[in-house]
Amino acid sequence: MSEYTVINSRAVRRDTPDKASGKAVFIDDMSLPGMLYGALLQSPLAHARIVRIDTSKARNLPGVKSVVTAAEAGLIKYGVSPARYDETLFCHEKVRYVGDDIAAVAAVDLETAIEAVSLIEVEYEELPVVLTIEDAMAEGAPVLHNEYPGNICAEVHSEFGNVEAAFANCDLIKTTTFKNKRQDAAFIEPQGCIASYDHFGNLTLYSSTQVPHYVQRTVAMVLKLPIGKVRVVKPYVGAGFGIKASANPLELSACLLSMKTGKPVKMNYNREQVFQYGRARHQFTHTMTTGVKKDGALLALKHVCYLDGGAYSSFGIATVYYAGSLLGGPYKLPNMKYDGYRIYNNKPACGAMRGHGGVAARACWEQQLDMIAEELKISPIELRLKNMMVAGDVTCNDLNMSSLGMKECIEAVQNGSEWSAKKGKLPKGKGIGMACGFFVSGAGYPIYRSDTYHGTVVIKLTEDGGTALVYTASAEIGQGSDTTFAMIAAEALGIRLEDVRLESGDTDFGVDLGAYSSRQTLMTGHAVKEAAEDVRQKVLEVLSKELNVPVGEMDIRNSLIGFKQANVDFSGLRTRYVKEHRGWTDNPTDGPLTFKEAARMAYLAIGSIVGTGKYKPHELGGKYKGAAVGTSPAYGCSAQIAEVTVDEETGQITVDKITDAHDCGRAINITSVEGQMEGSVSMGLGEALFEEVKFDNKGRVINADLAEYKIPTMLDMPEVKTIIVESNEPNGPFGAKEVGEGAIMPTIPAILNAVYDAIGVRIHELPLTPERVYMAIQEAKKGKKT
Amino acid sequence: MKKLIHLTINDQSFEVAVEPNQTLVDLLRYQLGLTGTKKGCEMGDCGSCTVILDGKAVNSCLVLAIQADGRNIQTIEGLETAEGLHPVQEAFVEKGAIQCGFCSSGMILSAKNLLDQTPNPSDTQIRRALSGNLCRCTGYQKIIEAVQSAKTI
Repeated sequence: MSEYTVINSRAVRRDTPDKASGKAVFIDDMSLPGMLYGALLQSPLAHARIVRIDTSKARNLPGVKSVVTAAEAGLIKYGVSPARYDETLFCHEKVRYVGDDIAAVAAVDLETAIEAVSLIEVEYEELPVVLTIEDAMAEGAPVLHNEYPGNICAEVHSEFGNVEAAFANCDLIKTTTFKNKRQDAAFIEPQGCIASYDHFGNLTLYSSTQVPHYVQRTVAMVLKLPIGKVRVVKPYVGAGFGIKASANPLELSACLLSMKTGKPVKMNYNREQVFQYGRARHQFTHTMTTGVKKDGALLALKHVCYLDGGAYSSFGIATVYYAGSLLGGPYKLPNMKYDGYRIYNNKPACGAMRGHGGVAARACWEQQLDMIAEELKISPIELRLKNMMVAGDVTCNDLNMSSLGMKECIEAVQNGSEWSAKKGKLPKGKGIGMACGFFVSGAGYPIYRSDTYHGTVVIKLTEDGGTALVYTASAEIGQGSDTTFAMIAAEALGIRLEDVRLESGDTDFGVDLGAYSSRQTLMTGHAVKEAAEDVRQKVLEVLSKELNVPVGEMDIRNSLIGFKQANVDFSGLRTRYVKEHRGWTDNPTDGPLTFKEAARMAYLAIGSIVGTGKYKPHELGGKYKGAAVGTSPAYGCSAQIAEVTVDEETGQITVDKITDAHDCGRAINITSVEGQMEGSVSMGLGEALFEEVKFDNKGRVINADLAEYKIPTMLDMPEVKTIIVESNEPNGPFGAKEVGEGAIMPTIPAILNAVYDAIGVRIHELPLTPERVYMAIQEAKKGKKT
Repeated sequence: MKKLIHLTINDQSFEVAVEPNQTLVDLLRYQLGLTGTKKGCEMGDCGSCTVILDGKAVNSCLVLAIQADGRNIQTIEGLETAEGLHPVQEAFVEKGAIQCGFCSSGMILSAKNLLDQTPNPSDTQIRRALSGNLCRCTGYQKIIEAVQSAKTI
């Protein structure tokens, strides 16, 4: 039986009854009195100089309240990483992709706003368009940003150990090149927001965001508002997966329009604009050379990667680092060299998406490891186990695996899928494959350089006792963080889950860096735990004085006070409590002292009981340039086994089953952990099999809808068997760490390895469409004939 | 020019004036305040605006409001009764089938409509009936478990 009373259970999520009954409020469900509607003018051209903008016709349209361009918005540069602020709210000299923002309108209704947008006249001088890495890097290619010659947005060069020297000692050296495709996050709720500016100069922005804190800072910086006047509030969010993890032009435009008009302004993207805004997974081209000894011992990895970045940096600097650093583990790898380049071109910017920077790299390498295993005549599992790190190991790039249930995950999927009965024994056309992966449990450093706490939490007891109010600025975006934190608060304080109320997603509640890099359970969780312990201590100290019992001899559990000594007389307290509540039907009569009584006594003694908690990581490893990307207080890890059927006549792949084991440290909410694992697998499966954002030769997205951009439906998903492997993470609250992103890492390579097992053909480019698979089969046949 | 229509929504009669190009989802959400019906794509691709129209699950973004004249509509707000959540809603909550919740209204209505017509559906029938409702969070596994558990209630 669990030693815990609340966590490590399948507690029902607190937001889901409202979500099941249509009561939960998302951004587009909100409206404010006198609200205006905003619309954006976005560039129809991928690369052009703006010669002239004439907004007069738009301004004169009845119902239009404000039209803003760069002239009104100013030219303050922003972005994600301060090292690469390369965007302005509106374009002023030129546009760099189809969808680049030029102007915004606020009007009495959406139809009028859209009509006004169509009346804005823009004269363009078209510039040559570059859409690929090759074109953008070619001699004499048009340059997107004058500050970045050669269209190189960022480059990374790192070497740990000595790769060339290690290669000299290798028995086998293998090189492969792998390419994924630009993926869209395809969350079901498009981005939206409402900005409301009041007479005192206070701006409140309600937004479908993952990161209220960063949005608050960006709004204040770009619109030159005192940050104390800017409040960002997040209603329920229809998921984000990384794309909603930075301030967007909608938010900034709505704020500016509200400031101009003094009215609330609502703005939404439609689905096409979601695709045009982009900011999702980059296309990566990885070339990896791995050297091993005959017995399979990994000695060195030389890795070159090019990222198709799009028109702006967004998260791209972090992405190009992650693409290298996340190969440091989970295998013992003494030598690693990485050269990464992120290239600008005239497509929407790419950014961070689930498994940030690591997914395609992992797919490339895990497939290559299988190829190496085959050549060495070692089973894929044996090769991995031979090189596997254990808890306490540190990678060559200084990532500390403070807990690592990787071996246990491998064994779990091996048994859970009956691997041994299937591997090498399946008929042609059926295959089984495996892969591993790991991910950070929170970025070790904030996006802007700072000593800020990554999360602060306040817990206040209601003055009449009994209920703990948790205030956190963290972001519930569907993953279940509100319930997780309520559970942590209840456990640490010693009360029942139903005695906790939680409010989140509001910058007025404190600092929380938000929902990205799988950080909240560990980081916000720590702050919640500390605040709860603070409250607990305050209540017990009052009780100690009142009852003359040392604090150490009391305990709170299940909302009841326990005493080590027998016969502690608390009848005086009870009498006082009951006297205050004459006529109430729920007064305690006999039995143990309740938390409700104790909390009331504490309030009567010292006033409102408020506990605070905070968290920032301890000093993490890595003193080299770029060490901030990849270092984390903890790492979650996964192993997966995919079983597939490949129709060799058509190239059609069916994934029959996925067995997935993930080490999440201590599972706070078991159902939510499984939910993250199952969701990760479906996103990985989609990217493996069919997802690709496509462009025409003018830089326009040609499948900017959910019919032509295909994400998995219920018919595409196989049975997913989830196995939670619990370790006890020393740096996590109650031993907990991440699950939201690590679980996607092995899905693609497990499918790739299963496809090879089925048809004997290696495919090094995604997605695995029937056409691509069929052509690969034909190529292989030709190769055999010659 | 606006046209007056009469329709029944969740057993309540409404008389409303609608524009000829107004969709049913916009009528429900912005005119009648029934915001439980969600809008994810406005092209009939995602299913988050699913409502039950005369016993059939439809994308309300593909139905014009005037086409709903004289017809009977059930939205997510119409499932809960004085006794509490509908068994399908209850099953979604209990099984952890809801994450962000944006697809849940449509998903639950599609599931309810399936179970109304096919009380004991097979796994394949569930997958077919709900394949027009996209969910990006759950991977569908717990949704299928929820529908399977609701069918036995």
